[in-house]
Amino acid sequence: MSRAHKYDVIVVGAGGAGLMAARYAAQNPKVSVAVISKLYPTRSHTGAAQGGVGAALGNVSEDYPEWHAFDTIKGGDYLTDQDVAEMFAYDVIESVIELEHMGLPFSRTPEGKIAQRKFGGHTREFGKSAVERACYAADRTGHMILQTLYQQSIKDNVTFFNEFHVLDILLIGGECRGVIAYELATGEIHTFQAKSTIVASGGNGRMFKITSNAHALTGDLQSVVYRRGIPIEDPEFYQFHPTGLYKIGVLLTEGARGEGGILRNKDGERFMERYAPTIKDLAPRDMVSRSMYLEIREGRGAGPDSDYILLDLTHIDAHIIEERLPDITEFARIYLGVDPIKEPVPIQPTAHYAMGGIPTTIDTEVIMDGQNTIIPGLYAAGEVACASLHGANRLGTNSLGDLIVFGRRAGRFASKYAESAEFADIPKDAQDFTKNLLDKALNGSGTEKVATIRKELQASMMDNASVFRTEEFLTKQIKIVKELQNRYKQIGVEDKGKQYNTELMEAIELGFLIDNAEQLVYAAENRKESRGAHSHENHKERDDANWLKHTLVYKEEKGVRIDYKPVTLGKYEPKPRVY
Amino acid sequence: MKVNVKIKRFNPEADKRPYWAEYSLEVRETDRVLDVINQIKWEMDGSLSYRRSCAHGICGSDAMLINGVNRLACKILVRDLGEVINIEPIRGLPVLKDLIVDMEPFFDSYKAVLPFFINEDPEPPTERYQSAEDREIFDASTKCILCACCTTSCPVFWTNGRYIGPAAIVNAHRFIFDSRDQGADERLQILNQSNGLWRCRTAYNCTEACPRDIPITKAIEEVKRELLWRRA
Ligand SMILES: Cc1cc2nc3c(=O)[nH]c(=O)nc-3n(C[C@H](O)[C@H](O)[C@H](O)COP(=O)(O)OP(=O)(O)OC[C@H]3O[C@@H](n4cnc5c(N)ncnc54)[C@H](O)[C@@H]3O)c2cc1C
Ligand code: FES
Repeated sequence: MSRAHKYDVIVVGAGGAGLMAARYAAQNPKVSVAVISKLYPTRSHTGAAQGGVGAALGNVSEDYPEWHAFDTIKGGDYLTDQDVAEMFAYDVIESVIELEHMGLPFSRTPEGKIAQRKFGGHTREFGKSAVERACYAADRTGHMILQTLYQQSIKDNVTFFNEFHVLDILLIGGECRGVIAYELATGEIHTFQAKSTIVASGGNGRMFKITSNAHALTGDLQSVVYRRGIPIEDPEFYQFHPTGLYKIGVLLTEGARGEGGILRNKDGERFMERYAPTIKDLAPRDMVSRSMYLEIREGRGAGPDSDYILLDLTHIDAHIIEERLPDITEFARIYLGVDPIKEPVPIQPTAHYAMGGIPTTIDTEVIMDGQNTIIPGLYAAGEVACASLHGANRLGTNSLGDLIVFGRRAGRFASKYAESAEFADIPKDAQDFTKNLLDKALNGSGTEKVATIRKELQASMMDNASVFRTEEFLTKQIKIVKELQNRYKQIGVEDKGKQYNTELMEAIELGFLIDNAEQLVYAAENRKESRGAHSHENHKERDDANWLKHTLVYKEEKGVRIDYKPVTLGKYEPKPRVY
Repeated sequence: MKVNVKIKRFNPEADKRPYWAEYSLEVRETDRVLDVINQIKWEMDGSLSYRRSCAHGICGSDAMLINGVNRLACKILVRDLGEVINIEPIRGLPVLKDLIVDMEPFFDSYKAVLPFFINEDPEPPTERYQSAEDREIFDASTKCILCACCTTSCPVFWTNGRYIGPAAIVNAHRFIFDSRDQGADERLQILNQSNGLWRCRTAYNCTEACPRDIPITKAIEEVKRELLWRRA
């Protein structure tokens, strides 16, 4: 295989966002498109999404996009850019219908329409009561989205480079000219020249010990662009999902509470009644995770070590559980040996979703700074990106919506740009950075073990920078991350081979992961307030006067630098967030 | 608890043929086999190679032959296997390195059955309606994660690598029985070819191997019946 490639549009990542982007780019007959993915497309973590995709179809009860936009803004603790939320709430309706037209097998209402159920933070009439907005296909909505989009890509004859790891981007003269990738099968380095590059490489949950995220979610591109001087926006806002299986973090969808599931402490008390009297167990995730943490801290956790909470489904009709929540029922049975139909399931908050990411405009163009300076030829969509839709806390079902809405926009805008742009030259030494990166890991004489450093990173991030944060813990974690960065320079790998050197790739991924941790802890230490998922013990209140602004974290010679970007406000004045 | 793990290994850059490597290690009985393999890679031998991602049976990366049965390493626990664990690559596909096999022939068969929605009518402004009963008919076959546990457990596939295999038939079933789809005839014709549907000898291995509990043999029978019915 030739090691130099040229496409008008390159998509990095083949999850929901990447496949949607590729589809829309490929619909433009004037441009050539290829997708590069480190996993086979159907292995992408979009396939793990369970509960649903939110859209105000109103199939079950009255609903409007205005309500959806408001819920998104309030759910995001007013850090959401309001123009983005409004566009999104309308666009996602069309996008969901489009998925159905591509054959997606949604569950159905008795009339044969797309079925919808309740989900955390989604309400009618601006917060009155929970509304059925999550369009679902049993509890495998993400699986069905991923399969359907992959099926379409076969129909559309999309070109894939599978098991290619993107390790660098070509940022030359202020514009993006493509990417450099490592081919796992052969160990060769490839140059992909492109007029437009769309980054859709997913999340970074593997920096935490307990996570719902796949092994592959190591925040690669969040680090690749960061090393090239592009900032990361709002990384301190990291979502912990309340219902991860105890100790292993595998997710039980919020749809379980949407179907009537109840959270209980060791006394059997429905404690969410105290924290969110109106919508109780269906409060947004940051609130529920925090409430669970408080229950445990105050000694009301269940189990021999009083360190978990119970998700109780036993009062729900067994038939409904089997039909609407078959997968998660199986997860509880297999991994914990607990049958949710008969007994409550032990759960704990699990690292789930990055609200922050590579900053983009509403049109998915990647930006450089607080003045929205665009990097021509570079786009981002999906979990890796931050268009400021989710603000300080994402509502459940809004990520799958994000993938299809912003994936589509990225495909359209990137191909349009490529249509009129010219291929620009690529310097001869374009691969040097990557060669050097691989060389250091392969041929270093270091004695530090990748697995050891990764384990320490994950455990310390969980202890010091997760659901509850304090000045002391965050300062400590900054130090730990710096130490790990130094030790990382001394790593060694045993496998020196060219073919399928998965050990080498794990080592490179760990380097990316540590950068992601750096972004998160610096931004968290810097933000002296509590907002959404960022809950700071020493600054318990939200502080709009000083902190109603987005963080931008840069990596520079001298160290980490922090800057800001204004929040786009609109109809909805920031108000205290009660549910 | 202590386990003895034997893994069939092969490094194309060093070995002429595969060999069994043995590892003995301390694990918890609630560990997934994937956790055990990870522990070997991370603590004992970094060069051990395999695919994995989601770690909870949803991405289809880590199909392996474990104690003689095809399964996902992330969906079987140590306590269900005991102290002796033997792991080999799934059969019938070329081994590239250790537990990594060449998946291309498998995906080629999948692609051959036109595994995408076909409906040439103009799109309605809303969703296409479908009754909950019609949706239920093909529910099981929508669960497929393309892990290849089924196809690589099929004795017909072992002897004839060109047999299209149960996974492809299940994915054809998913569309043939979807009331909204219009491509059934074309797909049935493809399945009717010499390396298609009729090679199936109802060995049931596929159904037993499926980590998603898809009643595969039943799905294959339904497609066979549909083909006969439409021919008549
Ligand atoms: C268990 C679980 C359940 C969820 N449930 C819901 C839900 O019900 N509703 C909802 O809205 N959201 C849900 N989410 C969130 C949502 O599923 C994810 O945020 C979303 O799927 C991410 O999609 P993506 O396309 O951005 O990335 P992914 O699907 O993760 O895809 C990333 C792609 O990038 C590729 N890639 C990564 N790094 C590289 C690299 N260096 N080089 C080349 N390729 C690379 C990968 O191969 C992969 O193809 C859930 C998440 C989890 C973990
Ligand atoms: S790792 Fe995804 S199915 Fe096992």
